[in-house]
Formats: sequence, C-alpha cells, structure tokens
Amino acid sequence: MIFLPGFRVWASRHRGHGGHDHPHNDVHHGGGSREIAVQRRVLDANDRLADENRRLFADRNVFVLNVMSSPGSGKTTTLIKTIGQLQALGIQCAVIVGDICTRNDADRLAATGVPAVQINTDLFGGDCHLTAPGIRKALDGLDLSDIDLLIVENVGNLVCPAEFDIGEHARVVVLSVTEGEDKPLKYPLMFRESDVALLNKTDLLPYLDFDSAAAVANIRKVHPDMPVWPVSGKTGDGFAPWIEWIQDRIASK
Amino acid sequence: MHEMGIALEIIKIATASIPEDAHDARVRRINLMVGKLSAVVPDSLRFCFDIAAKDTPLAGADLVIEEVPVQIRCQACHAVWTVMQPVFQCQKCGSSTVTIISGRELDIRSIEIEETNA
Repeated sequence: MIFLPGFRVWASRHRGHGGHDHPHNDVHHGGGSREIAVQRRVLDANDRLADENRRLFADRNVFVLNVMSSPGSGKTTTLIKTIGQLQALGIQCAVIVGDICTRNDADRLAATGVPAVQINTDLFGGDCHLTAPGIRKALDGLDLSDIDLLIVENVGNLVCPAEFDIGEHARVVVLSVTEGEDKPLKYPLMFRESDVALLNKTDLLPYLDFDSAAAVANIRKVHPDMPVWPVSGKTGDGFAPWIEWIQDRIASK
Repeated sequence: MHEMGIALEIIKIATASIPEDAHDARVRRINLMVGKLSAVVPDSLRFCFDIAAKDTPLAGADLVIEEVPVQIRCQACHAVWTVMQPVFQCQKCGSSTVTIISGRELDIRSIEIEETNA
C-alpha cells in the first residue's frame, strides 16, 4: 500500500541525519530490555509540512479555508455558489478538491472560471482525508500570485480530516439537514476543531423532520462560541454572514 | 479509517529511534499515548500495525496504547475536569471559553528494545 509519499521524504530526512536530530535517551537499563525515550507526535511529519504550507501561503498573501463534512452534505454546490458571490465582489479564488476517485468536483468548480486542482487519494492508498504533503503537491499546479482565497474541499468524511493539519488558516464544517441532528455529538473532534459551521440544504426543511434548533444546540455543546449559519447551497439563502466572514478574514490576513 | 497510515508513521519514527549501537536488537514494545479525542481506534491501530510491521525491525513488537482522557480547563474560573460526554462548557461557571489540556495526544513516548549481550 502506497501512503502519503510526502511523509516518506520527511522520514528519510530524519534517517539521513543518522537519527541525531531527535536524540535518543535511554530511560533505563535492566531486565534484559532498555527503554528509549522518543517523545514525538506521530503526525510530526505532516505537521511540519503543514507549517511550511502556511509560510508559503503567508508569502503569497493567500487566505486558506479547509472545508470539511460527511459525503453528500452539498460542499461542492455550496462552494460554487460561494465562489460566484466572491467573484462578484472582486475576490480571486482558487480551489483544491480531494476525493478518492474522479475529478467530477474539480470540473464542476472549474466551470465557475476559477483554477481548480483535483487530488485523487486513490494514488495514495485511497486516503479518507487530505494531508499537508498532498496539498503541497497540488500547489505545484496552481499559480497563487493573484489569488486572495484558496478553498480546499476535503474528502467527504467527518472523522479523519479533523486530525490532519494541511496549513489552512480556518476550518469550516458543513452539516446538512438531511443528516442527523446528533452528528456533532457523534463526531465531536470535527466540530470542536472547526471555526465556522454551515447548516446546509435549508431549502429542504419543509420536507423533513429535522430539528434545526436541536442540531444547533448540539454544535454549541461541542463548540459553544462557533458561528453556525443556516444556508442553502442550492438557492443561496442565508449566505450573507458567511460571505461577510470570508471577506473579513481575507481583509485581516 | 486512517489507522494504516498512522501505523506506517509509527514504524518510521520507531525504526529511526533505534540507537546506532543496537541495530540488530529486537524491539519489544512501542509505548504510545492516544487521546480519547483523537480520531484513532486503538484496536484498528494494533491490527494495522501488526500487518505493517512484518519484515521491519519492529515485527512482533507490542503496541502498548495508553488512552488519555479528555481534560479541560475553564479559562474563566480555572476549574479542571474530565469530559465523559462531548460537552465543552464549564460545569462550574458555565463559561464557554475552555482549553483542552489533554485528550488530543497521538504521541510515541518510547520504545523498548531487547538488551543484547554486547
């Protein structure tokens, strides 16, 4: 299984230094075994590359959003609408899209006229999330010089993407009203780690038993201060605070 | 779901941590700290590790996983408590400004190698 090729680069660099860049400390001898202190984060390699990505984004003056959700929450539709409104305000956008297979989402987003790069994680063993090395690779195909906002649409998954820093400045979680109200309690890390939540597909509310107040209350249990904005990616309803927030964040980057 | 990737990272870091003077030694144990809030399932991680460690210096090593509870400190009243439900609000004063002080770990603490005669 091929996995996270970028990680390998980091690991081989550590080895190339003869292992001396993280000193070995013998904790104790005896009993036929010896314990050697390591004290490292398992995702250290990813985190370092995420920091490098962040430096690169700062150099180019690009604000980066990591958009996450379960599959089918309407991320792509919502982003197409978002990009349309931002373009009308003169904000230049680019997109990186992660999926296991197909470039359908990148094609849909590219139809808005913005540069769109698709990452297919099946090349990396069918990863269920994007990683800092994957983003770094995708940046090779993207000219950031005139870009104000880079949107990363992560692989549809409420678990793993929350664990992987990709160098973004803010995280957005999308929860659609066709999902359960208790999703925030089932996947607390995702909702805890996000900066903004969009409650999507509100145009469908008349046809559903979805309890919006309960969903918002559950988000607030996990992340009390996080803004939650009900929106319809299809109609554009409720977009004003979301677009305003993006503008503010770009202005203050 | 991404435990195989995590297992491969553990193998890389642990292999690189074997000291120069003990390159033939067998690694008995890898001691990990996994926070309850991390997106890692210990049983899946062990399963993936056992498969991925084959034909590496870590083959047959035990992955010892210490699960770390989620602890939170209130920034307003400084109360500290252990979270059993995903509710991140101060139980004492109701403040929503809280800091997670543990539970996000995914760290390799140490490795244990079999002492050779040398």
